[in-house]
Parts: sequence; structure tokens; C-alpha cells
Amino acid sequence: MWRVLRARLRQGYRTLEFPTAEPSLPTGYRGRPVLDSSACAAGCAECIAGCPTEALNVQDGKLSLDLGRCLFCGECETRCPAGAIRFTRDYRLAVRRREDLLVQDDDYHLAHALDAASRRLFGRSLRLRQVSAGGSGAEEADTNVLTTIVYDLGRFGVDFVASPRHADGLLVTGPVSTSMRGPLERTWDAVPDPRLVIAVGASAISGGPWRGHPEVVAGGVGAVLPVDLYVPGFPPHPLTILDGILRLLGRLADGER
Amino acid sequence: MSASPPNPLRVWNGRAFASDDVPVIPSPEFNTTIARLLRERWRLVGLFGLPGPELPLRAWGVLADPDGGSLAVLATELGAEYASLTPTAPQAARFERELCEQFGVLPVGHPWLKPVRSHAPWGPGSYVLHARGEEVGVGYPFFRMEGQPVHEVAVGPVHAGIIEPGHFRFQCHGEIVHHLEIVLGYQHRGLERTLLGGPHRVSRSQVEELAGDSTIAHALAYAESLEALGACPVPPRAQALRAVALELERLAAHTGDLGALAGDIAFLPTAAYCGRLRGAFLNLTAELCGNRFGRGFITAGGVTSDISPADAERLLATLDTIAADLRSAMDLFFASGSVLARLEGVGGLARDTAVALGMVGVAARACGLPIDARHDHPTGLYRMAHIPVATSPEGDVHARAVVRWLEAQRSVEFLRDALRQMPAGPARVPCGSARAGGAVVTLVEGWRGEVAHVALTDREGRFARYKVIDPSFRNWAGLEQAMRGQQISDFPLCNKSFNLSYSGHDL
Repeated sequence: MWRVLRARLRQGYRTLEFPTAEPSLPTGYRGRPVLDSSACAAGCAECIAGCPTEALNVQDGKLSLDLGRCLFCGECETRCPAGAIRFTRDYRLAVRRREDLLVQDDDYHLAHALDAASRRLFGRSLRLRQVSAGGSGAEEADTNVLTTIVYDLGRFGVDFVASPRHADGLLVTGPVSTSMRGPLERTWDAVPDPRLVIAVGASAISGGPWRGHPEVVAGGVGAVLPVDLYVPGFPPHPLTILDGILRLLGRLADGER
Repeated sequence: MSASPPNPLRVWNGRAFASDDVPVIPSPEFNTTIARLLRERWRLVGLFGLPGPELPLRAWGVLADPDGGSLAVLATELGAEYASLTPTAPQAARFERELCEQFGVLPVGHPWLKPVRSHAPWGPGSYVLHARGEEVGVGYPFFRMEGQPVHEVAVGPVHAGIIEPGHFRFQCHGEIVHHLEIVLGYQHRGLERTLLGGPHRVSRSQVEELAGDSTIAHALAYAESLEALGACPVPPRAQALRAVALELERLAAHTGDLGALAGDIAFLPTAAYCGRLRGAFLNLTAELCGNRFGRGFITAGGVTSDISPADAERLLATLDTIAADLRSAMDLFFASGSVLARLEGVGGLARDTAVALGMVGVAARACGLPIDARHDHPTGLYRMAHIPVATSPEGDVHARAVVRWLEAQRSVEFLRDALRQMPAGPARVPCGSARAGGAVVTLVEGWRGEVAHVALTDREGRFARYKVIDPSFRNWAGLEQAMRGQQISDFPLCNKSFNLSYSGHDL
């Protein structure tokens, strides 16, 4: 008994002050990228040539980066001789629409909240069922970590449940392997209406490094289910996922940077 | 007929050789050679086919020396049917099933010929086990017990909890599990198929996502393969930084799983503390390279980011704090009678069974088998700095927990030394392209166990085959065996004590 109490005192209070205080992220953390096409030398395509997932291209003379495909590996930033691509330490990345993941310049539309009716339903109590559909285990691990004392997801009224019948939505990871398409659809069928879908990680959003494989569904989770929230990353930082969920529920100010 | 077959080619971890030097032995002698080596306590690291236009199928066997140090490679040619190796060498069981699934060669006399992933097959030949595109598990020939009081419990692929998919089928009599069969393949994403003709630009990222919690281990094996084939001398500083990342990965996984074991037996203090501490170790990896799982860190020729002496100091200071907190959580755990009562004698696995199945890693060491690639086949920093191999003889959940805790402590010591004595020099050098007709076997001791990659290049220096063997591939059968005679309610506990990778198995 004394041992338990002594250990408890030693371990202390460990829950992050987030969202009331800004979290501290590692120095080398690669978050939201900022592009500056004006710095690009004519004809230079170093970054495009180095991207493992063809996330970069030039649209209307402007460099464009698809965060749905981006693996945040930093290869483009390293290769760019002009400093036109810079990964900031901004962890806020979740968006509502697939097209909002296309980054040009410094412009980014973070997820806006659900409509008032949905917020009344889910805003104070959201139960999610997680489905890994070809996920590597990393996205799953950094989703699971939200339930630890550090993030303490429960204090926001959000929790993960075992049965889809008890859930208000699915949080899906992985590129949706063809073998998991059926089980994913059947899990979805078991979730009562109204319901939400959250796609977490580059693989779930676009197939990520598995894009184009016949062994996975083309187009990621969005090709199978109606996605309400996209959380990019490889895998996303737990704070990115948490921030996205709270934005969706209107628990953070709309468009807050 | 009296001439004995040629000796297998002797090779070393992470050193390239010419694939033409591997002796090709007729199938019967190939089998007897492998069976003889296994009797002499060698281990089967891998048995796999090389894609070709038609049968016979060229297959390679790779074995590890019982005393560590060297590896043996031998080849054979298999027709549409061949005499199975499994009856004399059970270690080959899953490999022969995989050969059959991938290439359609039938191992005659195999006692348990079933799909491994039951995904759409690739490669030549006529496919014996299943048709293209069939859903995993549909029509799977489950082993069934007969008798009125026997009942069957089916779980998955979507499980309770945040975990990868797989299907478990229990044959129970009352609460007691008599047989467990695990069907995998839901996570198959076509890694080995896509690596043919590589390395491609996306290959490294795919290898990193092969098993998410073993990103560093697989990325390291992949980089070491490319470096061996490209004759690239990796700078000592890069080797040290890679070892730091690998041990941090081990610490995060062991801490997380020890906490999860505590959670499964409702010992909540340790569950809560370890949940946080696992994240603290992941954050250290992020301090090292920017990503909590070490994605993008290891590349052929070195590592993509370096640390300053001040960074190393900061990492050391944080490590000390986390290690002390972990010790407090673990002291509490292992000193509690209620914890020991729930761990001891549960999910036991006999040493002989572990040997027969060719198990590796934590699960093998917890059966008293001192198998550890860091010790037996060291590369990089592990050639200079030794980590003692942690074993425990009992083979139960408690033994697996003890081995993890011992390893965690030794990893902390190793990290302290490594961070204090960082070699000077560059952290990355350019790596040349792979030689033609080369091959290399690379073993890395990931936190789960031995990660084995075997790369072969064609005449252009592209991958003619890139075989990945995650420790999970060799250990899933161990979990099935460990559940025999156990209460079904202890399954989560047993499962967590192994914590095997689904995606690493399914590839």
C-alpha cells in the first residue's frame, strides 16, 4: 500500500494543459509545411524528383503539396536549393475536405466544426470505434496514446468503444487493404446514424506509400466511406489527431491558428 | 548417388556475396542438409522462392549458426510438387505454406497446408490454395474439435480495442482453450511484389511502414542491405545514432507492453505510468530525428539528421528521468503478489516447442533460448558495445515480462554509453548503387526479435527478390501453442505478452 502511494507521489500529475496552453514539440518536429513558389528557380524540380509519394507538383505555375500524400519525410526541404519548402512546427493539420489538403503558399484551411445539430449530438460526448484497415500499427499506437493520462481524451467527452453499435463513428487507419474492405464496410453498417468518419494518416487518406497497389483500395478510406475529418501525417502526432477531433466538435475556435 | 551434396555457402550478416556462389542442391538433399543442420542446433532464418518465368522454382534456405557469427545459404529447385521439409523440420512449416501460396509449388506430405495470407497470389505457377481475389478467411479450413461440450469462439478481424486486424478461432471445452488457430492476411499490402525491380523512390517509406512499431528495425535492415550491395562504408557516427534509435524503439515498445500487461490484469498504477512513459520514449526518438517512430531517419549511407553535443546532453538528462520513473513503475509491478499470481504459470511455452517452431526474440528468450542478433550477428555499434542477452527459462507470461524489463534496463545503460561517447565525423555519406548479381542477408534485433531481410539483385543491380521476414512470422505459431490448456479469458494477457505484428506478418 505504501509502495503504491509512494510511486503515485513520485509519478506526479502528467496531463497536458492542452488546449489551454500550447504544447512543446521536439525541435526537429516536422509539422505543417509552408511553400514559397517565388523562390523557385525556373525549371528546378529537385523537390518533385525527391518526393517518395508524388505529393508535390506544379499547378498554375505554383508549387503545390498534397498533405494527403505527404509523408513529412523532409526530403523536399533538404533537396530544395532555394528554401522554397519549409516544415514548420505547427502540429495543427486536420481538415474537413480532401481538397483542403492541397498546400500552396502559407494558406491552410483547418477543419471547421460540425453543424449546430451535430454538435448538439456529439459535441460533449463522442464515442468512436477504431478500425485498422491495412494500418502499420503506428497510427493505431498514436491514436491509442490519446487515452493515456498525458492526453486524457476522456476529459473532452471523447472515448473509444469496442462495439460499433455503441459508436458515433469510425476512426480509420491504413490504406484499406482489399482484404479489409469487407470487414470495414460491415463495421460501418453496424454504426447507427448519424455517424462520423475520421481518416488518420497518409495511408488512410490517399494510400500513402501503398498508393496504386492492387492490394489496396484506390483512393483510401474516402473511396469507401464518407470522410468527415482528414488527419494527415505519417503517422500524425497525437496532438494533431486530438486537435482535429476537438475542431470537429467545435471545442476550439473555428479557424483558430 | 554416394557423392554428398555441396556444403552451403557460409556468409555473414550484412556482407554481400555473389548469388551465383550459392550452391544449388537437388530437393531431397536440400531437405536432408537443412534437417541435419537443424539437428546440429542451427536455426532456419528463412526459406523462400525467387520469382522466375516458369517452374522449377528456385528456392533459397538461410540458416543461422548456433554459436553465432555466420549464416549458411543454400538453394534448390522445386517442381510443381516436391517432398515437404516440414515433417522432419517443423521450422519450415510456415515458410513452405508461403512458398505454396506465392508460387504454387505443392509440398507433398506437409501436415498443415493452409493459406498464410490468402491474398491474391503473385509469381509464376498454378495456384493450389486459393483463387485470386478471394476474401481472407472465406472457406478457410479451420481445425475443428468434435464432441457435444466443445464450442468454438470466433474473434476478429475487427477486435475490441485499437489494434490491427486478424481472426482468432478458439476450440474450447468450458473455459479451457484446447486449440487456437490464427488467420492472418487482412493487412496484406503487396510489399514483396512491389520491391521487385527496386529500390524505388517509395521503397524506404514502405519498409518503414511495414510494421509501424518496428520502423527503425526494418529501416535499418533495409539500409544495411543497400549499403552492403553498394559497398558503402557507413560512418561510425551514423552507426551510433542508428543504435540509439533502435534501443529507443525497444524501450518504447517494452514500456508500452509492460503497461498493457498491467492493464490487462487491472493493475492500474503501472498501466497508467507506463502509458505515459512509452510516449516519453517516443518523444526522445522525436528529439533525435523529428518523428516519434523514427520515420525518415535511417537512409542508405547513414542518417538524415544529426545531434549536437548539447542535444546529446539533453537526451541523456531526459533519459535519466524517464528511466527512474520506469524503475518506480516496474518495482511496484514486480513486487506485488497479485501481479505475480496473474502472470506466473499463464501462457507457458516449452523450450522444445520454441525450438521446433524456430521462434526468435523476446518470446524465445523467455523460453531460455539465448537468441539475439545484437549478440550473435552484431553489426554497426553492436560490434563494439555489447548488450548481455536477457533470458528467463519459464516460458510463461511472467518470463516474457521479466525479459522485457531486463532488456529495457540494459538498453538504458547502452544508450547512456552511446550518447556519452558519440564518435565524431559525418552522419551520412553517399551510398553507391547496388552491385549486379549480388545478395545479402541482413539481421537486426528489433524489439520483438530478429528482423531478417534478404536482398538479391539482377544484372542491372535491381532487386530480383527482396524477402522480408518479420519476427512475427516465426512467432505467431508460438502464441497459438501457448494458449493450449489456458483459460480463454487469459487470451488478451497472453497475446499482449507476445504483442506480434499483423502488418509485419502480412507484408
